[in-house]
Amino acid sequence: MQTIQKGVTVVKDSKQNKRDNELEVRLLRTMMLARAFDSNLPTLYNKGLIQGSSHSAIGQEAVAAGACLALRPEDYVTSTHRGHGHTIAKGADLTRMTAELLGRETGFCRGKGGSMHIADFSVNMLGANGIVGGNFGIAAGAALSLKLRGSDAVVLSFFGEGALNAGTFLETANMAKIWNLPVIFLCENNHFAMSARPEDMLAVKAIVDRAGAVGISGVEIDGMDVGAVFDAVQAAAARARAGEGPQFIAAECYRFEGHFSGDTMAYRDSAEADLWLERDPIPRQIQFLVSAGVLTTEAVTLMESEVKALVDEALVQASAAPFPDPQQAWEDLYA
Amino acid sequence: MPEMTYSAALNRALREEMNRDPNVFVMGEDIGVWGDGGGVFSVTKGLLDEFGSHRVLDTPISEEGFVSMGVGAALVGSRPVVEVMYSDFLTLVMDPLVNQAAKMRYMFGGQAKVPLVVRTNLGAAGGKAAQHSQSFETWFMHVPGIKVVVPTTPADAAGLLKTAIRDDNPVLFLEHKLLYFMKGEVPDVIEPIPFGQALIRREGKDVTLVATQVMLQLALKAADQLEEEGIDVEVIDPRTLVPLDLETILTSVRKTGRCVIAHEAVERAGWAAEIGFEVSLQAFDYLDAPIVRVCSANLPVPYTKDLEAVVIPNLNDIKDGIRAVYQGKQYSRGGRAINE
Ligand SMILES: Cc1ncc(C[n+]2csc(CCOP(=O)(O)OP(=O)(O)O)c2C)c(N)n1
Ligand SMILES: [Mg+2]
Repeated sequence: MQTIQKGVTVVKDSKQNKRDNELEVRLLRTMMLARAFDSNLPTLYNKGLIQGSSHSAIGQEAVAAGACLALRPEDYVTSTHRGHGHTIAKGADLTRMTAELLGRETGFCRGKGGSMHIADFSVNMLGANGIVGGNFGIAAGAALSLKLRGSDAVVLSFFGEGALNAGTFLETANMAKIWNLPVIFLCENNHFAMSARPEDMLAVKAIVDRAGAVGISGVEIDGMDVGAVFDAVQAAAARARAGEGPQFIAAECYRFEGHFSGDTMAYRDSAEADLWLERDPIPRQIQFLVSAGVLTTEAVTLMESEVKALVDEALVQASAAPFPDPQQAWEDLYA
Repeated sequence: MPEMTYSAALNRALREEMNRDPNVFVMGEDIGVWGDGGGVFSVTKGLLDEFGSHRVLDTPISEEGFVSMGVGAALVGSRPVVEVMYSDFLTLVMDPLVNQAAKMRYMFGGQAKVPLVVRTNLGAAGGKAAQHSQSFETWFMHVPGIKVVVPTTPADAAGLLKTAIRDDNPVLFLEHKLLYFMKGEVPDVIEPIPFGQALIRREGKDVTLVATQVMLQLALKAADQLEEEGIDVEVIDPRTLVPLDLETILTSVRKTGRCVIAHEAVERAGWAAEIGFEVSLQAFDYLDAPIVRVCSANLPVPYTKDLEAVVIPNLNDIKDGIRAVYQGKQYSRGGRAINE
């Protein structure tokens, strides 16, 4: 039990926390935005408005929101194929994101990237990545550059538990450790890598042991609890900023939807999914805020519709934007 | 103009760039204290003492990892010069070079800049055999988004390296093992040499010969010797393969009517095929003979001397290639393994 503000009493994981109400509400709202954005994917996909692959992170919003809100604007993130939530949470504009998914000229990548290569350098979001394991080195290298240039910004690398089996993880985490780089490796264990299960594919029982192999001690957290993610990333960022080197966090969460739009998930046991649905991070945060008296249920409903309206408005605006002139295919190859 | 080795010229260019721009740093395996303190080929000699271990990083044996880190560092404002000990190990860094560095600017719609230089060395150098002798430059010409530099003289190595470091794009800077300790004149003041400007190393009227690095040196010798047979050879050094100065080659072929292309990479689908195609397309009416290429045999590089000589072209091969095109005959040394 803890009193956090204006006599509001908060009970949460019986843990002390310094999160104020305003932050708790922002965490909720950010999760809602990410959820609303990804909830539109099936429709867009079925209508043929988006092509190629788009990967929903529904169920994993607590990781994206908790992590990005714990960072400073000058901190960097690298993302994965499942990157919409990360991008939104880092502060990217929804209309330009949507426009990119729709392949429009006004998209962040002028229609050249699509869902899997979304990047917004203006908010230090260094890009989603279509190569699993492809962003470890980019994150560690950015951290190396920051360190060489005496910056106190840090870099956070989002990746899935499947990526832990790419050799690049051990290579770059090892270098991050020997050079004491300000990088946070944040593993989203959503329990699937396409159809592969971590218990079948990872030789270590505890994910943090993989980081332990290169001398990085990590923490395992409940990735369905946005506050827990926020606290862990805030603490990790503080340590990295203070010169304590690379940090590792394993956030346990669950991929509620298929691997990508169109995945029938024949390999998944729905009873397992039902158990995880009970831990959905959004109702959980709502319940916490309502029972703490921070938000009324009306306020929550209002927030939900406001967020949905934002996503829908982004879709309207993005849909009105032109496709790039075909000649633009020749642009942007070299600086 | 002082004479110095290719290795020393590269070292000077690196040192000057590191002094000029604090964002430049070098990283790679055994580049700090190995040998005379300059890595396997002395290119980074003395840099650790001068710039310290934060700008001269000896890396673990993690090629994919540290080249990826070069990409990440470049992305946020550094200018890394990353050394890969032998070009054969480029196989280990295909993802950071091909899928990451080469793609970022394009797939992010112009948001990214990747001022990364990856330095390594091509070629056979006597008995280094199958995994330390290869010439992979063509692979990277096939990847839009990367520039490919192949310097031959010490002066070019130094000037082109400066340009590579100042370029805002990923540059694969391919040195050659046999050139490191060859000497040449290097200007007192090393000016950056623009990419995409071929040099006519020798003027001639009968045959155009395009070659790089060791093949270029053999080509110049061959040209001198064939003068006695009355064949006047023009020798062109492209210096950079991406961007490629095709115009200089085409102008020459339109004058001579004959074209030979020599490279140490294997013949099959090597860059001679690319240049040969462009020449046949754009100078078709001027050609008096089929284009000839003098390249390595389509084989791995074997160890023992006499076998290596079967694979890597020598002076006589280049002379034969020139004679063939002069006489309008076909020539090939690529060959086919018996079971192909
Ligand atoms: C190098 C590479 N191998 C395989 C794939 C195909 N692929 C895309 S996502 C994925 C699963 C990744 O699992 P994980 O890292 O756990 O991320 P998640 O999809 O769960 O977010 C695979 C195998 C790829 N894109 N890149
Ligand atoms: Mg996963």
